[in-house]
Amino acid sequence: MIFLDLAVRNLKRHKVRSVLATVGIIIGVIAIASLGIMGSSLSALVGGLISDVSDTVLVTPHLAASSGDPFDPRNTLPARISGRNLGLIEKAAGQHRVIPMILATERLQVRDTGGYVTMYVVPADDIPFLLQEEAGIYPQGRSSGVMVGSLLADELDLHPGSRIDVGGESVRVVGIAAERGMGIDINPDYALIVTEDWYTERHGDQDYSRVVVKVSDLSEIEGVKAAIDQQINRRKEVVDVLDSREILEIYYETFDAINIFLLGIGAVSLLVASVSILNVMIISVTERTGEIGLMRSIGARRQEVLVMFLYESLILGIAGSLVGGIISITVGYYVSATVAEFFTGFAVSGGAGVPISVVIGYVVFGMAFGTVTSILAGFYPAWKAARLNPIEALRYE
Amino acid sequence: MSGDPILLFEDVTKVYPLPAGDVVALDHVSLTVEPGEFIAVMGPSGSGKSTLLNMMGCLDVPTAGKIYLSGQEISRMSDDDLTRLRRDRIGFVFQQFNLIPLLSAIENVEFPIVLTTGREESRRRAIEVMRAMHLDDALFSHRPGELSGGEQQRVAIARALVNDPDLLLCDEPTGNLDTKTGTAIMDLLAAENREGKTIVMVTHDPRIAGYARRTIRIVDGRLA
Repeated sequence: MIFLDLAVRNLKRHKVRSVLATVGIIIGVIAIASLGIMGSSLSALVGGLISDVSDTVLVTPHLAASSGDPFDPRNTLPARISGRNLGLIEKAAGQHRVIPMILATERLQVRDTGGYVTMYVVPADDIPFLLQEEAGIYPQGRSSGVMVGSLLADELDLHPGSRIDVGGESVRVVGIAAERGMGIDINPDYALIVTEDWYTERHGDQDYSRVVVKVSDLSEIEGVKAAIDQQINRRKEVVDVLDSREILEIYYETFDAINIFLLGIGAVSLLVASVSILNVMIISVTERTGEIGLMRSIGARRQEVLVMFLYESLILGIAGSLVGGIISITVGYYVSATVAEFFTGFAVSGGAGVPISVVIGYVVFGMAFGTVTSILAGFYPAWKAARLNPIEALRYE
Repeated sequence: MSGDPILLFEDVTKVYPLPAGDVVALDHVSLTVEPGEFIAVMGPSGSGKSTLLNMMGCLDVPTAGKIYLSGQEISRMSDDDLTRLRRDRIGFVFQQFNLIPLLSAIENVEFPIVLTTGREESRRRAIEVMRAMHLDDALFSHRPGELSGGEQQRVAIARALVNDPDLLLCDEPTGNLDTKTGTAIMDLLAAENREGKTIVMVTHDPRIAGYARRTIRIVDGRLA
């Protein structure tokens, strides 16, 4: 215990120096914890943006090269799936519902505002399987009514019964689709949804941009994918078959990478802090060489000298980590609240917050990391002190 | 162990290898220190006095020859074993007092025994030795910087005696003190010796050496 006492007293003897070394650790711990929290609030928020459509298999025209990411710009190529292949997909999918769709672009005019919008062309019977209605009804067969995505409706102040101009033709809004978030299959929130009959009447028969298969039993997803692949891609790759879990995985991988990168930045700042502890401790050992020599000559063993200096760095590390931990809980909350606000203002309702366990997890991780780096930084100076030859150390002025 | 000498040097040689050539600090030295002796070691600087004292204090081991401390051969001991011997069997008094500035006077005195003994017992023993050194109780909690040279040296002697050592080693114990204070310190050491403590003291000062009962002279690493 006397060595712990000596360590504390030595730190107190050089208050400014000890406090500065601690500040380094505090900053490092805050950096690790808050960057970690920020990273996971980002992925939680984006996770919230992506609607979980785990029952969906998506069939798209095969791309020569693709990341597999549905938001990859290459996926907007106007490539098509033929009616014959749709038939093959239906055969492969068996009793599961197959929903072919065309992605089109039309000019929309509402009162004095207008511009191009995405239009999803889906067979009338299939629309209820893809979308929830928020107000009004689903568009029916050949009737000229269209459905409007929820955010687009908000933006342009549209309601069931409103009249809008689509491609120069005046049509009635019959329903508003409920907000859905970004999905791998369709992103209808800022789009128009029309029936296939309505579209072909005006533009003639067309091939499909993509085909969605709704699999009623999740355990059959792999089977369905394999069957489609078998049916169509036997001779050459015609379509790409993806399920949403794969795609979400790509997302989570991306965000994990971002998280690790952010934590890496935090770790670097802790490394810098540990160098300052190393520096402080080396100065301390040099200054106290005579004292160490004396302690050794009157009976302190090497190990005891080592422990005394390790106590110093441990105290710096623990003090810095505690203060840093407390601050980063506050900062972490502020950061995730700000990020949430930013994102909710932009897209999604009900900001996906970071669970308290994750916050505490990162804070604890930061604190542990801070303490461990401090001890590691203290090890070399402590070892150096312990190895001093007592005779030479005593003579040292 | 009774009847054994406290210290026995058998043909001890110490060579310091230096880039410019080896330096022979001790050259085939043999000597015996019996219990209860008070020995002054004298000699010009560079003669090997300090090396001799360091070896007596188990701070250093010989290049050749054997050293026995209370019957134990030390030249092949590990660093930890030597440290234990210093802690439990030997008391050091230095010219510069060498108190630990972070510790109060009484904590300095406790240091060697608090490493092995409970705090209460250490404190009791420290108070006892400090009082024997005529240190005022009011000074116990002072830091070394707040004490006069004479007081610091008394604290240092108390520290050296606190573990009831077999051997008390003093390196110019009055070298940093004025004559009057130095005399008082020497009186304390002489009193300890009268009570049976074995003392070896290095000094330049023939007047101080006069307190010892035997004087060893050393020149160029050899006993003269």
